[in-house]
Amino acid sequence: MPPLPAAIEATGLRVSRSRTEILRGLDFTVDSGRITGLLGPSGSGKTTLMRAIVGVQRLTQGHLTILGRPAGSATLRHDVGYVTQGASVYADLTVEANVRYFGAMHGAAAADAAEAIAAVGLEPFARQKAADLSGGQFSRVSLACALVAHPKLLVLDEPTVGLDPVLRAELWERFAAMAAAGTTLLVSSHVMEEASHCSSLLLLRDGQLLAQLSPGELAERGRSSDLERAFLTIIRAADDGQEERQVAS
Amino acid sequence: MNLRMTLATTTRVLGQLRHDHRSVALILVVPALLLAAVYFLFENESLPPGFPRTFDRVGLMMLAIFPFVVMFLVTSVTMLRERTSGTLERLLTTPIHKADLLFGYALAFSIMAALQSLVATAVAYWVFDLDIKGSPGFVVMVAVINAVLGVALGLLCSAFARTEFQAVQFMPVVVVPQILLCGLFVAREDMNQVLESISGALPLTFSVDALKEIAGNAEATAMMWQDTLVMGGIVLGVLVLASLTLRRQTR
Repeated sequence: MPPLPAAIEATGLRVSRSRTEILRGLDFTVDSGRITGLLGPSGSGKTTLMRAIVGVQRLTQGHLTILGRPAGSATLRHDVGYVTQGASVYADLTVEANVRYFGAMHGAAAADAAEAIAAVGLEPFARQKAADLSGGQFSRVSLACALVAHPKLLVLDEPTVGLDPVLRAELWERFAAMAAAGTTLLVSSHVMEEASHCSSLLLLRDGQLLAQLSPGELAERGRSSDLERAFLTIIRAADDGQEERQVAS
Repeated sequence: MNLRMTLATTTRVLGQLRHDHRSVALILVVPALLLAAVYFLFENESLPPGFPRTFDRVGLMMLAIFPFVVMFLVTSVTMLRERTSGTLERLLTTPIHKADLLFGYALAFSIMAALQSLVATAVAYWVFDLDIKGSPGFVVMVAVINAVLGVALGLLCSAFARTEFQAVQFMPVVVVPQILLCGLFVAREDMNQVLESISGALPLTFSVDALKEIAGNAEATAMMWQDTLVMGGIVLGVLVLASLTLRRQTR
């Protein structure tokens, strides 16, 4: 199989919001048809990076190319799906009405909506108001609203927060199936054990890219099979490096 | 613009309202009840023979003012919720055009406003014998245009409010001056010059003028159409301003 072109390409990407620099020069590529994990402590710039990728955050400097087009291009709106951290759905509508509405923006039929609802396991609740669902079900409505568009690139901000282990495993299986079918997924998380589901990891810290590596490499470089510990080791090493440089200068 | 997305938005907004029985009841019934209050307020006035009842003048104007006030409030709160819940940002990552969203909203609330003014106008005519020369159809038309004005101003004002509490506070700023100066309390020609010229620049004044034309003439007058046209132009202008407050990208 010929290598697919990169789904996301960032060069010298900088974003400042109200004079604070949030992303401080990022260079990376994300492969098509893979699950890429975006990991980092809260406040490291994960959400801002995702917002830049889906085109709602203006860049201060640098380039960001999504599926071969500049981020924010009107033509990308059919191909990029975004699931925000807090579920962005209409609480006063039924699950079905929510999914159908977002589907209508992409010309999706009622069958697509039913398929998306089934994909997140909400079939029995399709006719219930979103507000009456549990927290985990509510956030899955948000996911279904993105799946209904069959995006080529799906950006998910902490999709597994508040889900029980069984559901989490199911979702990761679904993500893997989507990637196998050619969808590119960028998934942020601050739970390191989820990193093992990704084929590539972007480690973000204070708006800078600490490393881009596979889960295996993370375990190796962090000298631990426990990815959480491995991540901590890498972060501490980076912090020590920074301090040494500051002392030297 | 895309008709499918506009209509999907209208269906969605009406769907949200449909689940909220209390709001629907308030929208449909309250204007008729207030109209009853106005009727009984002037029930015992003594008039020289041939002199029109106060209810025929005030009641008629109320028919056009209610939809304006109610739709302004409903829209600014609904749109603010859309902005704060993240659904607006999400929508703007999809192919929807801003105009689809705004016209979808305007259409949904115009339908509600038409229902509201049908109920209120029917009560005014059949229960309280509202006596005007023109057609009640035109009264409903002016009421619906007023409602769309309320929708447009609500969409615009929601951009300047961070909370629902702030959104409601825009009512005394945007709505009350228009009611005070539209000619309901004091005829425009009796106002001092400053107030009269302010009055002449406020949208609601044109619809009150149009209503006076409807009340005084059996047939539609050129003046009524002119007022209606001006209102339509203002509504479009405000909708365009509102669309400028919808940003796909944040800095």
